[in-house]
Amino acid sequence: MSKLPLIVVLSISLPVFAAELPADPLNSPAWSTIAGRYFKGQPVVFDARVKVTAPASAEDPLDVPVQISAEGLADVQEMLVVADLNPIQKILSYEPLHAAPSLAFRFKVEQSTPIRAAARTRDGVWHLGGVWLSAAGGGCTTPSYGSADPVWQTRLNEVRGRLWPADGRGTQRLRLRVIHPMDTGLANGIPAFYIDRIVLSDAKGLTLARLNTFEPISENPVLSFDLNGSGAVRVVGGDIQGNQFSAEITP
Amino acid sequence: MSRWRWLAALAAAVASTLASAAGFDYQLQPRKVADGVYALIGKTENFSRENGGNIVNTGFIIGRDGVIVIDSGPSKAYGEQQRAAIARVTDKPIVQLLLTHAHPDHVFGNQAYPGIPIASLPATAVTLTQSGDALLGNLYRLVGDAMRDTEVRLPNAAAADGAFSMAGRKLRLMAARGHTDGDLMVFDEASRTLFAGDLVFFERTPTTPNADLPHWLSTLDSLDSLDFAVLVPGHGPVLHDHAGIAQTRDYLRWLRDGLQGAARRGLDMPEVLQLPVPERFQQLAVLKTEYERSVTHLYPAYELDTLPTIPRSKPK
Ligand SMILES: [Zn+2]
Repeated sequence: MSKLPLIVVLSISLPVFAAELPADPLNSPAWSTIAGRYFKGQPVVFDARVKVTAPASAEDPLDVPVQISAEGLADVQEMLVVADLNPIQKILSYEPLHAAPSLAFRFKVEQSTPIRAAARTRDGVWHLGGVWLSAAGGGCTTPSYGSADPVWQTRLNEVRGRLWPADGRGTQRLRLRVIHPMDTGLANGIPAFYIDRIVLSDAKGLTLARLNTFEPISENPVLSFDLNGSGAVRVVGGDIQGNQFSAEITP
Repeated sequence: MSRWRWLAALAAAVASTLASAAGFDYQLQPRKVADGVYALIGKTENFSRENGGNIVNTGFIIGRDGVIVIDSGPSKAYGEQQRAAIARVTDKPIVQLLLTHAHPDHVFGNQAYPGIPIASLPATAVTLTQSGDALLGNLYRLVGDAMRDTEVRLPNAAAADGAFSMAGRKLRLMAARGHTDGDLMVFDEASRTLFAGDLVFFERTPTTPNADLPHWLSTLDSLDSLDFAVLVPGHGPVLHDHAGIAQTRDYLRWLRDGLQGAARRGLDMPEVLQLPVPERFQQLAVLKTEYERSVTHLYPAYELDTLPTIPRSKPK
């Protein structure tokens, strides 16, 4: 009788206290650093249902298109995207409250690196997927064109966007583009200046999704969301200097 | 064998070993495509250490008084070996180098032609002045050792649209755009040979880093009415018909319509990268890589067309 509770405790605790990290399928030199920085003390599994789609090689290191998706996973609370070998690793975090666990964005890459998406389910487990991206380098330490080109000073936070109605998938697609230099602070003499939050809500004020973006997101961010329900979407966002923007996108 | 002759033989052997270790051997073989007209045909690959950057077609035309060279290839070594290959065909002097456009595989052999007029369209000279070092740095990274000692040499003469007599040979220079903003074609009247530069690709997927598809397509349409006997494309095998023009047009139209359609359906770039490419293009060399690159180059403009500006509203 005395053995049984011990076995139960062990079987529950194993994922949480497993001191050894699962071996990294991407074989990244920075995997233990990434794990320690973003998933310390939390259960981590590599899961084929978490997909990262990107070109094999970064044709434009300042604007690498990426899509993350955890379509097969139920109850995704939060998604995190990191590039192991970028000088600033964290690209974004996303809470798809009433949205599909998928997102497309573009980012600046400094050198060849794994790109990882992590999806945290309700049980607290992080499910990880990722790919290697090959890159020429120079993306993060090159000033964005915006800094040299004053167009953004008069059009800062100008929003373009459109909604595509649900076509059998149950989600409508929102595509956004915001004018912003998204300076990383790594280029000489140009301080960090980037959009750090975007919140989407429906016509009744229900929050559909929350996105936090960081320095590596490309200049003039282009984003694609897959949102539950239908109808107009309100976009509210801001940058680290307190500039705000908002826009009403109607179908 | 005397001791001295033995030493001389040893020195020669060492020198030839050093030479082969020092320089990439492109094994250039001029191919006669018409009377007095030759092409040097590169591989239908992407830049690599193994091919030394020789993924390009260059050529030369032998006139009464000298030789006109069309494009100088990817590196100093290529330019030097191109000159040596020409000298194996003719002992006439090289009097003119013409550059078709400002892409690195076509212009970085210029160093091998000191003192010889190098002409290009003005737009080509502007691009090489602004971006030559960046293009060269990129090629060093992709090709490596075969690029040794290669430096940017800018064109020193402006080419213009029209008929000219060069070295006693009647040529027509045709200024166009579409592959880049300055695309020079060279037409030899006597043999009716067209050096089309990169406006025409054949059996090798077209590249689009500086492309303007509407201009490129209208340039191809105008080429259809040109009465040529031989067409040397920028990349791929030499043609005697319009198949290269038709294939390039077919691919570019499919690219244009596919990207525009995807943007109108609301797709993002990673989804566009996954779209199927029709069966008829599967035989084109380096299809997947070039398609991915083209999506990156061209999609942002198409998607922006589908995203209207939203009037500003006050945050609630
Ligand atoms: Zn070209």
